[in-house]
Amino acid sequence: MFGYYLDLALRSLKRTPVLTGLMVLAIGLGIGASMTMLTVLHVMTQDPLPERSAHLYTPHLDPLPINFKTDPMGTNPNQNLTWQDAMALLHAHRATRQAAMAGTDSLLWPQRPDLQPFFVDGRFTTQDFFAMFDVPFLEGSGWTAEDDQAGAHVIVLTESLARKLFGSANPIGQTVRLGASYAVPQGFRVIGVTPDWAPDPLFYADASASFYSDADQFFLPLSLSVTSHSETGPNFGLTGNISGWGTSNGDKLRDPDTTWLQFWAQLDTPAQVRVYRKFLIDYSAEQKSLGRFQRPATNAKLYSLMGWLKHENLVPDDVRLQFWLAIGFLGVAMLNIVALLLAKFLRRSGEISVRRALGAKRRDIFVQFGIESALIGVAGGLLGLGIAQLGLWSIRQRPDDYAHLASMDPSMLIGTVALAIVASVLAGLLPAWRACRVPPALQLKTL
Amino acid sequence: MQIQPILATLRHHKLTAILLTLQVALTCAIVCNVAFMILQRVQRISLPAGIAENELSVIHSRFIGNDSDPWVKQHKADLEQADWAQHQVDLAALRAIPGVESVAAVRFALPLDKAESSYGTCPSKQALDRAMQLMSMHGAGCIDVSVYDGSPGLITTLGLHLVEGRDFSPDEYVLGQKDPPVAIISNALAQHLFPGQNALGKELYVGKRIIRVIGIVGTLLAPNLHGASRNDDTMIWPQLAESTGVFYVLRSAPRDRARILREAKAALLKLGPGRYINPKYVETYTQIRAQYFQRDRTMIGLLIASALGLLFVTALGITGLANFWVGQRTRSIGIRRALGATRADILRYFQTENFLIVTGGIVLGVILAVGLNLLLMKHYELSRLPLWYLAIGAIVLWLLGQLSVLGPALRAANVPPVVATRSV
Repeated sequence: MFGYYLDLALRSLKRTPVLTGLMVLAIGLGIGASMTMLTVLHVMTQDPLPERSAHLYTPHLDPLPINFKTDPMGTNPNQNLTWQDAMALLHAHRATRQAAMAGTDSLLWPQRPDLQPFFVDGRFTTQDFFAMFDVPFLEGSGWTAEDDQAGAHVIVLTESLARKLFGSANPIGQTVRLGASYAVPQGFRVIGVTPDWAPDPLFYADASASFYSDADQFFLPLSLSVTSHSETGPNFGLTGNISGWGTSNGDKLRDPDTTWLQFWAQLDTPAQVRVYRKFLIDYSAEQKSLGRFQRPATNAKLYSLMGWLKHENLVPDDVRLQFWLAIGFLGVAMLNIVALLLAKFLRRSGEISVRRALGAKRRDIFVQFGIESALIGVAGGLLGLGIAQLGLWSIRQRPDDYAHLASMDPSMLIGTVALAIVASVLAGLLPAWRACRVPPALQLKTL
Repeated sequence: MQIQPILATLRHHKLTAILLTLQVALTCAIVCNVAFMILQRVQRISLPAGIAENELSVIHSRFIGNDSDPWVKQHKADLEQADWAQHQVDLAALRAIPGVESVAAVRFALPLDKAESSYGTCPSKQALDRAMQLMSMHGAGCIDVSVYDGSPGLITTLGLHLVEGRDFSPDEYVLGQKDPPVAIISNALAQHLFPGQNALGKELYVGKRIIRVIGIVGTLLAPNLHGASRNDDTMIWPQLAESTGVFYVLRSAPRDRARILREAKAALLKLGPGRYINPKYVETYTQIRAQYFQRDRTMIGLLIASALGLLFVTALGITGLANFWVGQRTRSIGIRRALGATRADILRYFQTENFLIVTGGIVLGVILAVGLNLLLMKHYELSRLPLWYLAIGAIVLWLLGQLSVLGPALRAANVPPVVATRSV
């Protein structure tokens, strides 16, 4: 029967090529617009580390004074941790793995004579970073807890930076020189090379980062960020928000009233998560009893990775708005098709009543018209796929930081055609139902 | 023209007519709001910065000499003073480039350049005390003000218009982040801080600093747009760049800018201590502005495309359906013609039918548009939709409806009376 209905549908569509074309165009435009935006939303809200994210958590404390007012336009100091708190959490070792980190932007002095000094983004972090985030190593490895403690001058490079600096030579054991303006550059021994590794979005970065385009090109032990000073000042520029509410000057980074560090912990079981949450509250309570914290200890929070991304609200309002606009477009296109299909099907009342009189059941008529709608959906879906690819291509040409991500994975490709078919079958439901209720006898009389 | 028979026919095709009405209503609701969003974005991207935008080029230079650099060795005692001295040498070299009319050194901020430093500024000591007490500027009469700095010649280089007062005198300049004795403020800030008074000569309380207003300039946009009431709250401090990184702003004829940027980069690299020029920050002001509004322009394009797409799909629907109805009613049209109806009668019949459906859609659409606007106001900082948008939306949809129905209606008008005598 299916073959017969397909044949009937094709014939019917061919009989009214203009109308069929209009319907395919309408559904194609609607599907194309909505799938373009759905794809952008999909890639922007994807899991940056699918294998690890379920076990990654970020703790947040509330060390702000009770009367501190956060500027709604400005940055919230609570986004990051103070050096003191980050070290306390790190040394407590309550999670399977834990690491504190901060972004840096350093001046690199290449030894190759043909390269000028240049600035490069990297990250200060602690030993567990690589194992916790499952960063692979091409050569060598990360550093040890002793290196962290001692502020050893060691560095891990990404592949492209290693290649830029050392060409095809083995980078392990080589020296990389980093230093701020006017400072004596210091040498760092390369102990590991990772592939060009950057999760999208760069979830562990500070709120000021461009989450979809930033990438770290090197990693250094965190203790260097506070100890490595030369005559003219600190050796490294930190990126990200450094905000404080205290009045103490001097060593700003180790000031208990200055937040600038990010912290991540690996917690493998729900029980561990519960215990860790309690640990954070206990720690806050302890700090409060010491007079350092003023706000309720229960303000301490533990976010899961995906929960944290949601909290950070990375998807710009504009993208959300575009998505809703596309959905509205699809809605109008569907209404359009319902009206056209209804007119079309009902015009064939004569044909329907003949078929009914010859013994076709209502269900048969319904299925026949359902197949005709689905056929329009398939054609519209294919057109929509083309339009969506065009839309995504035009988004990739934009300079926005998420633009390079805008392309469809196989699931989205299948999803596009599926959505088109579902939409057109849905649109065909009402017309097909009306058509199958055409009574046989009454219509025959008018013939 | 009698409406009665048209309504009777529509009642016959109730469901189809309702669907078409709904489609027109949704289109009306969405297109009105989209048109409003487009206009708001267009207004935003056409805000004047208040400076000679087409004549400015900007280049960033950063000293990176290390301890082994002879220049650094020589100036180690006072690197800040040495930096400013070197900036002056740079400025002289840049001024010597043919076509450059004037130059100034700026530490980091320019209108619409995103990098911003702002200070809570109070019009009086009492207001400052109140703000300290409240731990907030709001309610104390104080304002968050974006601050620009620059070397002598900044006012001329940017092409700012002094509406009152004077430019800074040479002895008023301070090095780097030291407190300046005087400031030039924007007209908007003058009115916001001292409503109904002359701000010239008044004292500003900025934290512990007390700064006298010596000049007022017209428009001067902030580095970031924080909302219509704050966009122009800016002031200029006479501070000299002492930092390793500095922006040089060059003014020239618009067509010389590309060449001047090239020559400026070459000239700077030849001078002084080790230097890093980030290719990203060698650009005309037009480029800086375009970057700031890049997202808005994407959005405008997208909004226009979707509004046109929606109108197109709706026109498709109207034409498609009208075509269908004409085909379906060929016989009755023939009968009417045979009974004496003129072509104009038939044409008007279909036009009136379309008008009725579209009008129904518009009535519903206006309600939906207001509802949608309220929803958007809640979730996406949109302001209230002015009612005349609805009027224009209605006219556009009426025209669109009439245009889409014209083809099928003309076809109907051409149905000869003889059709009535044929069987189907």
